[in-house]
Amino acid sequence: MRYSGFRVIKEALTGHKGWTPAWRDPEPQDHYDIVIIGGGGHGLATAYYLAKEFGQKKIAVLEKGWIGGGNVGRNTTIIRSNYLLNGNEPFYEFSLKLWEGLEQDFNYNAMVSQRGILNLIHSDAQRDAFIRRGNAMILNGADAELLSVDQIKARYPFLNVNDARFPIKGGLAQHRGGTVRHDAVAWGYARGADSRGVDIIQNCEVTGFRTRNGRCLGVETSRGFIGAGKVGCAVAGASSRLMAKAEMRLPLESHVLQAFVSEGLKPVLPGVITFGAGHFYCSQSDKGGLVFGGDLDGYNSYAQRGNLPVVEDVCEGGMAIFPMLGRARLLRMWGGIMDMSMDGSPIIDRTHIDGLYFNGGWCYGGFKATPASGFCFAHLLARDASHPMATAFRFDRFEKGLMIDEKGVGAQPNLH
Amino acid sequence: MIIDHPLLGPRDSAEFTYLGDASLIDRPDGMAETAAEAFYAYQYLRDNPAGLHRELWYHEAGDRSWLVVTRDTVTHEIISVELARDVARARGRSR
Ligand SMILES: Cc1cc2nc3c(=O)[nH]c(=O)nc-3n(C[C@H](O)[C@H](O)[C@H](O)COP(=O)(O)OP(=O)(O)OC[C@H]3O[C@@H](n4cnc5c(N)ncnc54)[C@H](O)[C@@H]3O)c2cc1C
Repeated sequence: MRYSGFRVIKEALTGHKGWTPAWRDPEPQDHYDIVIIGGGGHGLATAYYLAKEFGQKKIAVLEKGWIGGGNVGRNTTIIRSNYLLNGNEPFYEFSLKLWEGLEQDFNYNAMVSQRGILNLIHSDAQRDAFIRRGNAMILNGADAELLSVDQIKARYPFLNVNDARFPIKGGLAQHRGGTVRHDAVAWGYARGADSRGVDIIQNCEVTGFRTRNGRCLGVETSRGFIGAGKVGCAVAGASSRLMAKAEMRLPLESHVLQAFVSEGLKPVLPGVITFGAGHFYCSQSDKGGLVFGGDLDGYNSYAQRGNLPVVEDVCEGGMAIFPMLGRARLLRMWGGIMDMSMDGSPIIDRTHIDGLYFNGGWCYGGFKATPASGFCFAHLLARDASHPMATAFRFDRFEKGLMIDEKGVGAQPNLH
Repeated sequence: MIIDHPLLGPRDSAEFTYLGDASLIDRPDGMAETAAEAFYAYQYLRDNPAGLHRELWYHEAGDRSWLVVTRDTVTHEIISVELARDVARARGRSR
């Protein structure tokens, strides 16, 4: 069924009896050409592009819980392509371009909103670094604009530009950045994949891999063995646990990241703003809640909930730039498990087992990557070759010294 | 989280910084034939378990000692706390 304005009117006039479920609930088959593990944004996008762009048939997505219950449903929904380094910036710009056409492409309202993102500058050194980053973005076809304090004051009068410790000295804006309704991304890709024949199998946990002579034959699951020509893993925070079943140790640590939402307010914040001195970022959802977050808790965790010191730290960061935040009540907070890699950049690559492929290491920034990650992973699975935008995201970059370390902090996942 | 420091008693985890897996104590032999591979694994690869994890914490805002904390990564429960010095010595380091 195609969704359209006309359809909404027609259904409204006929008692909404014509809507059908957005995806089926099929029983797993014995064998698929390609099995994707993980029904988050990346797994679902991979299945969608495999079916739509790469002409693959007989695909399944296996999800241990319900689709969209992982990080794709827990993030702060920011999309942007404001990276510095060569391996990253072209990839994230490719992703932003895919976001720009996504809703038409998969016929679903994902509320892609290019309301702009502003990274605040607090010192001369930071200004130099941001100018360099802005230039790298422009060289890669992205947009970037350096804003003066006066321009920032005019646009965001509520910002505290004169904080004694961290005065605001300017900002780097990417006007094409913004936010997307995160759940709708999972649902839109799921619906688009399902309508092209992909089986989305929920409540199906992968518990192991069946291999013979170095080749992957399929996966053991809580619903029995499922054979597969190729298997792609996209389980984000659970990557190390899953790949341990294939005797792999990954260059990853799992860390908890918290997010927060205030009570619903009238429109007060017209874009995404990030504090450059501490770690704090904030946007306002279309429902009115201020959605914000900050640093990782900083220790290995699979708990999907964090601790109070980071809550305090995030709120302090918020108060430093948005004193108005102190008047709002916090509605909810939650955590998600990040697959933090050793250089802060992702991996889309083959493994030492033929037919077994890996996608992970997205850290706290994988939501914006969802379309490009799915596209590039589908390319790898279908053609057995890296997509040109993702050639740098290899496992062996750590061994070869080809790290993509945006922050330059080294092999310390909790600092990326 | 409260870390029960062996010398100072219970301390707020916010006083500490976190380094990671306690296997970082076992620095490979730089002179060995296999040093390059060993250092790659040491520096970059992790077990990253869901469950008990032995990890290094540094009491930065306290007495500056390194601790080995055994903690459950699923519940955040802290099972035991040792001085990293004692752990390293028991493994034959720093003689
Ligand atoms: C609080 C928070 C804020 C964030 N903010 C942003 C942001 O503003 N911008 C941004 O770009 N990124 C952000 N991120 C990061 C982003 O959400 C993730 O990088 C991205 O969603 C990860 O990919 P995914 O959607 O495929 O993961 P997930 O949605 O976690 O999907 C993985 C799926 O695999 C399933 N799974 C795990 N193990 C198995 C198994 N054995 N068998 C079957 N299924 C399994 C899980 O149940 C899960 O559904 C944030 C993350 C968090 C937690």
